[in-house]
Amino acid sequence: MTATAEQFTTTMGEASQAGDVVLDVDDLSIAFPTEEGLVRAVSNLTYQARLGRTLAIVGESGSGKSVSSMAVLGLHNPKRTQITGSIKLDGQELVGASQATFQKLRSTTAAMVFQDPQSSLHPFHKVGRQIAEAYRAHHSVSKAVAQKRAVEMLDLVGIPTPARRALQFPHEFSGGMRQRAMIALGLVNDPKLLIADEPTTALDVTVQAQILDLINDMQKEFGSAVILITHDLAVVAETADDILVMYAGRGVEKGDAKEVLSQPSHPYTHGLLQSIPSASDDATAELKAIRGAPPSLLNLPSGCSFHPRCDFQKLVGAACIDTLPEWRPTPGLTGRELRCHLEDPVATLQNDEGAK
Amino acid sequence: MLTFILRRVGLAISVILATLVATFVVFFAGPSDPAQSLCPENRCNAERLQAIRVNLGLDRPLTVQFVEYFKGLFVGRDFEFAGATNHCGAPCLGFSYHTGRSVNDELFSRFPNTVVLALMAAVIFLIVGVTIGIVAAVRRGTATDRILIGGSQVFGAIPYYILALLFALYMVTFWRVLPQYSSFSEGPGVYFAGMIAPAFILGLVTSTSYTRYTRNSMIETLSMDYVRTARSKGISERRVLVNHGLRAAMGPIVTILGLDIAALLTGTLITEKIFEVDGIGRRALQALFDDDLPVIMGTVLMAAVIVVLANLIVDIGYSFIDPRVRLA
Repeated sequence: MTATAEQFTTTMGEASQAGDVVLDVDDLSIAFPTEEGLVRAVSNLTYQARLGRTLAIVGESGSGKSVSSMAVLGLHNPKRTQITGSIKLDGQELVGASQATFQKLRSTTAAMVFQDPQSSLHPFHKVGRQIAEAYRAHHSVSKAVAQKRAVEMLDLVGIPTPARRALQFPHEFSGGMRQRAMIALGLVNDPKLLIADEPTTALDVTVQAQILDLINDMQKEFGSAVILITHDLAVVAETADDILVMYAGRGVEKGDAKEVLSQPSHPYTHGLLQSIPSASDDATAELKAIRGAPPSLLNLPSGCSFHPRCDFQKLVGAACIDTLPEWRPTPGLTGRELRCHLEDPVATLQNDEGAK
Repeated sequence: MLTFILRRVGLAISVILATLVATFVVFFAGPSDPAQSLCPENRCNAERLQAIRVNLGLDRPLTVQFVEYFKGLFVGRDFEFAGATNHCGAPCLGFSYHTGRSVNDELFSRFPNTVVLALMAAVIFLIVGVTIGIVAAVRRGTATDRILIGGSQVFGAIPYYILALLFALYMVTFWRVLPQYSSFSEGPGVYFAGMIAPAFILGLVTSTSYTRYTRNSMIETLSMDYVRTARSKGISERRVLVNHGLRAAMGPIVTILGLDIAALLTGTLITEKIFEVDGIGRRALQALFDDDLPVIMGTVLMAAVIVVLANLIVDIGYSFIDPRVRLA
């Protein structure tokens, strides 16, 4: 009975309770025509983000993590971008939507926290005013009311003496405080989806954990869905519920975050985890990097984009070069999916680790 | 803030002083002879010329003349001319060799005309230049951008005096679309109407560089992360462009604006000459032809003060535009 009710609300697209799908991305492709050719930043991407859960999107630079999420807010120049597939935000189709549609949903349904709070806040506007501006864009209230709301938000994200801080400029804030202010700005209109694009990359290591904790706390407070874009697997382990691993604009593996990290089933995820240096490692040992470099998005490899760098391609043979693997449930694991031709990827990867 | 202003005032005084000395030296080192130009075509014999020089005080050593002039600026000085003593109160710029009027009168009676011309032109080049620059930046790479920038470059590439001359000939003289310049004493209506033609062409040509500055500055700021943040708030695109993009792009524009207005206030020689506007620039030009040292010195001093003040205002103004700039 409850399941049917949930099913119903989900299909109606009015996500309102934890677990409801708020963002449904289906077969999304994003390409930028350039003078050198078509840059395929995102290809056939499919994922969902649910209320009350944190989805981590992980991958190297240029794997399409940010590009795909910026499309949710319509932040690409429509004249210079080709978008196909479907992005359903709270039931509303956004591929091909007008700028007016995006303007209404930005900050209210979906909001974004950007990577570098130093460059993402306007240097000439006071912090409180920047937050109040987002509130006033969607609420017909006086400047004073919006300013009060901004101060409340600054207080909520743990900025001491918020009323005084609201009247300061971003350059008077420390890096961590600026990112807190960015989060306050992101949450001021109580969005159903918060996209955090590498929110800790530009910060000191000591501050990173505080910001991640804050994002977690805020998620509990607001009950929103969070998409955490990162290349830092330690961040994922600490924060995320679900994970989507991307490579060259495609999803390659998805599932429960902790399970994927403890037992990767895709050779790329496996390689990423192997390449993290740990303090306990022998200092003289060589770092295990994934060989080769990410492919050019102008000219993607045929078949599985990862095949030129994959250590296991020889086990499969020509299929990797000829055929793009489709999503399939990971053999032997529940709730996991991957795109790989390996017959029994989990066992293969475990054997590989044992061999080393 | 106080130390900043004190330092700037000190700097300003030394700049003005250096300008004065340089003008003085250049004038006397050059082939100019005020006595000769007062009495042209060898109508005076050598004794008569010498008498004129003595009368003007030009026979005394250069240093003495300069000290006299400098003293006059602060405490005033007395001139003896044809037996009568003429007091000239501080700041004394002396008397014109040619008209006998005090240089202060010569300059300040004309300065308002130059100010009106400069400000009217500034309004035109700001509105036209900044607007076209924004439109071109927003439509970067499109046909609109290329037409606007191309047109502006063609306009900017034609020598100004030719454009201004043609404009004056056709619009004012032949077709009489716009009225001629007439002095303020003939009524404010005809006065301001007469300023339209010179201000229009001056503003239009100056606007071409503002189009370029604005376009470049806007393109740079529109690619900034904070503009993306602004857009992600759900505010209108116009607000994104003006309150966030243009607000940040204004810095370099204001800097150049300050210096340009200063340059216009020190006299728009060509414009004033072509449209017969009775301004500082035209008077300075006349003084140069006449070897009229006091008037030349007066205009140079005035220009130096204006430029130095404009720089100061720009620097202080900049700290209001960009809160990261602390004046110290």
